[in-house]
Amino acid sequence: MTRIVVTGMGMITAIGKDTGENLESLKSRRHGIGPLSLLDTIHKDELLAAEIKLTNDELAAMSGIADGERYTRTSLLGLIAASQAYESGIAKYGKTDNTKTAVVSTTTVGGMDKTEKHYRDFLESSKYSHFVYTHDCSDSTRQICDHLGIRHINSTLSTACSSSINAILIAAKMIKHGLADRIIAGGTDALSKFTLNGFNTLMILDKEHCRPLDASRTGLNLGEGAAYIVLESEASAKKDNKEIFCEISGYANANDAYHQTASSPDGYGPYLAMKEALEVSGLKPSQIDYINAHGTGTDNNDLTEGLAIEKIFAPDIPPVSSTKPYTGHTLAAAGVVDAIYSILSIQQQLIFPNLNFSKKIEELSFEPVRELKQAKVDHVLTNSFGFGGNDSSLVLSKY
Amino acid sequence: MEAYIRGIGNISPQHSWDNILFPGEVVRYEGNRLKCIEPDYKAYIKPIQMRRMGRILKMGVSAAGKCLRDASVDMPDAIIMGTGLGMQSDTEKFLTAILDNDEKFLTPTSFIQSTHNTVGAHIAVMLKCNKYNFTYVNDNLSFEGALLDSMMRLSDDPSEKILLAGIDEITDSYFTITKNAGFWKEDIPDNLGLLNHAGSGSIAGEGASFFIVTGEAHPDNYARFAGIDSFYKPESDKEIDDFITAFLAKRNLSLDDIDLVITGINGDPGWDSGYFRLQDTLFKGKTLAYYKHLCGEYYTSSSFASWLAAGILKTQSCPEAILLNNSKVNKPLRNILIYNHLRNTNHALILLSAC
Repeated sequence: MTRIVVTGMGMITAIGKDTGENLESLKSRRHGIGPLSLLDTIHKDELLAAEIKLTNDELAAMSGIADGERYTRTSLLGLIAASQAYESGIAKYGKTDNTKTAVVSTTTVGGMDKTEKHYRDFLESSKYSHFVYTHDCSDSTRQICDHLGIRHINSTLSTACSSSINAILIAAKMIKHGLADRIIAGGTDALSKFTLNGFNTLMILDKEHCRPLDASRTGLNLGEGAAYIVLESEASAKKDNKEIFCEISGYANANDAYHQTASSPDGYGPYLAMKEALEVSGLKPSQIDYINAHGTGTDNNDLTEGLAIEKIFAPDIPPVSSTKPYTGHTLAAAGVVDAIYSILSIQQQLIFPNLNFSKKIEELSFEPVRELKQAKVDHVLTNSFGFGGNDSSLVLSKY
Repeated sequence: MEAYIRGIGNISPQHSWDNILFPGEVVRYEGNRLKCIEPDYKAYIKPIQMRRMGRILKMGVSAAGKCLRDASVDMPDAIIMGTGLGMQSDTEKFLTAILDNDEKFLTPTSFIQSTHNTVGAHIAVMLKCNKYNFTYVNDNLSFEGALLDSMMRLSDDPSEKILLAGIDEITDSYFTITKNAGFWKEDIPDNLGLLNHAGSGSIAGEGASFFIVTGEAHPDNYARFAGIDSFYKPESDKEIDDFITAFLAKRNLSLDDIDLVITGINGDPGWDSGYFRLQDTLFKGKTLAYYKHLCGEYYTSSSFASWLAAGILKTQSCPEAILLNNSKVNKPLRNILIYNHLRNTNHALILLSAC
């Protein structure tokens, strides 16, 4: 049985331009939620979000690109995070023969930031037609391939808010099937008027700082970001004497099959995803030391996710927290943002706090972790659930 | 890795709904845009549901229904979709509302439906299918990604029956946008004269090609997917040749074993030159075909080509309308290679073999 391990990681979120900065923010309760200043929207003064306070030109400069305006923000964020992952897991070791290096990326908005700016122009002339090519979800994937010099398999998937956790799942399978030696897997999503207004019309945006797993929660804060990890087989990592950050021991995807946006009342899809991921890992529920919850802060998600957690873990529910109050909900990136936080949790033997908690949800028996906590963390379960009832869970284990 | 095709549901600009290879004549379209011939949806969708569904969703749900019935499968073990653009119509609707009303007075319906995985999700809700549900959105490799995923699953568990699809629609707005961007041929008389038009661009198309695939042999299987691989931005002709040869060698085949090559020729001289080079070199003497004059160019057109190949292998007959340069067809037809690329960027090979 091929064991799949993580040897590289990279990320950019509102709480840090790399993994180290993210860790420092997590430890010092420094969150990224605040007023919008870069996104051009009428909701600037009314909605909070976890915006990365760097312009496209500044983001481009971080990747050594001269003209940031020609790239979508989603691609720029993706390039930064994927390059960090590549550097830490591949280039650092001088293993830059990319013959069997693949990219599996995800996004939900793709190039929408440019499309929403130039949509009228698209319909009238060819002036901004170069952004027609960057509209669909695959653009950021191709940019990453070009930037890193990867011409082996590339894939892009989009399953709403569970997207990037699914990238890990399929990347792990591709390695097991011998289709690639190393895979850079993750997701990227920039804030856009499209998603901000979309979630706003659904009335699931909290006008204040979100309060996941709290009785008073009223919704989520959107965020933007990108996160990628490098996956490979244990044998491959050992052969190259690589530092192994963790093992990917379990994963599963299930569908709630209930409603396009709402979870079933008892969280059946989330229950299935967690149960099957545990089965794949061969671990007992009691062996999980920490659950990094999807925990968006919406009424529906947190209750149903909580009920599903109870169904599997009660009465001994491991420490649970949602890190969404730090980063906002970064949509396609969220799964790997959370996965990297789970890896940091294992590396640092730390459990990150669930900010803004004050009152337990009545229907649930457990409260999330409120303070940064030193603890034995060998196995972490992390969840990502999305529109279309798309539910995925991942088990990460200390190597 | 193999995936036998047990069931089919196909909506295209041709008469493919009854799953017969072009009964009578192929359909001729004037101009540069081909639209799907939509079936009577009532047999698959309740009227009350239909009102809330966009066109791509109706096509997807009914093609899925037809496909499941064809395979006598009530509940698939996985739903794996490929779509280049996803829910383009709902996306445009919500975006236009944002722009028209300066982000005010918006309703959530089109946003909810705009998510790329909506077709797969909707099928799951209709079937109450709690299983694995993925949607690949990767340019002209969207169907290929879904196929690769399916084949890996079947390699792990051949008993699974997977609902696999490639689906895309072209909306009026997206047609205009891509026309302005120079995607489509100007002044082309009709689709059947695709290769006689020297101007740049192709013709726009769309389609929904659904398959039930399984790892188990059965007399009702149509054909089998025997391989899929992709290659990004080749730097030389030799790399393309090596990619094709290695792909076949990995499956213990050579070009001698390939009875028909279906190419992604789309009428754009700039991009087609790569296929025509192969016609005179690596593919010399091979029976060559093309298909985009029948379904148009779209991100998941290789799923239409796969449907075509499955039909050819099952019936052991190849429609004249797809043959290039009056190629001769030798029988039996055992292996069909589909080679498609978009703008010389993502190149893909799909191998289908007789059961």
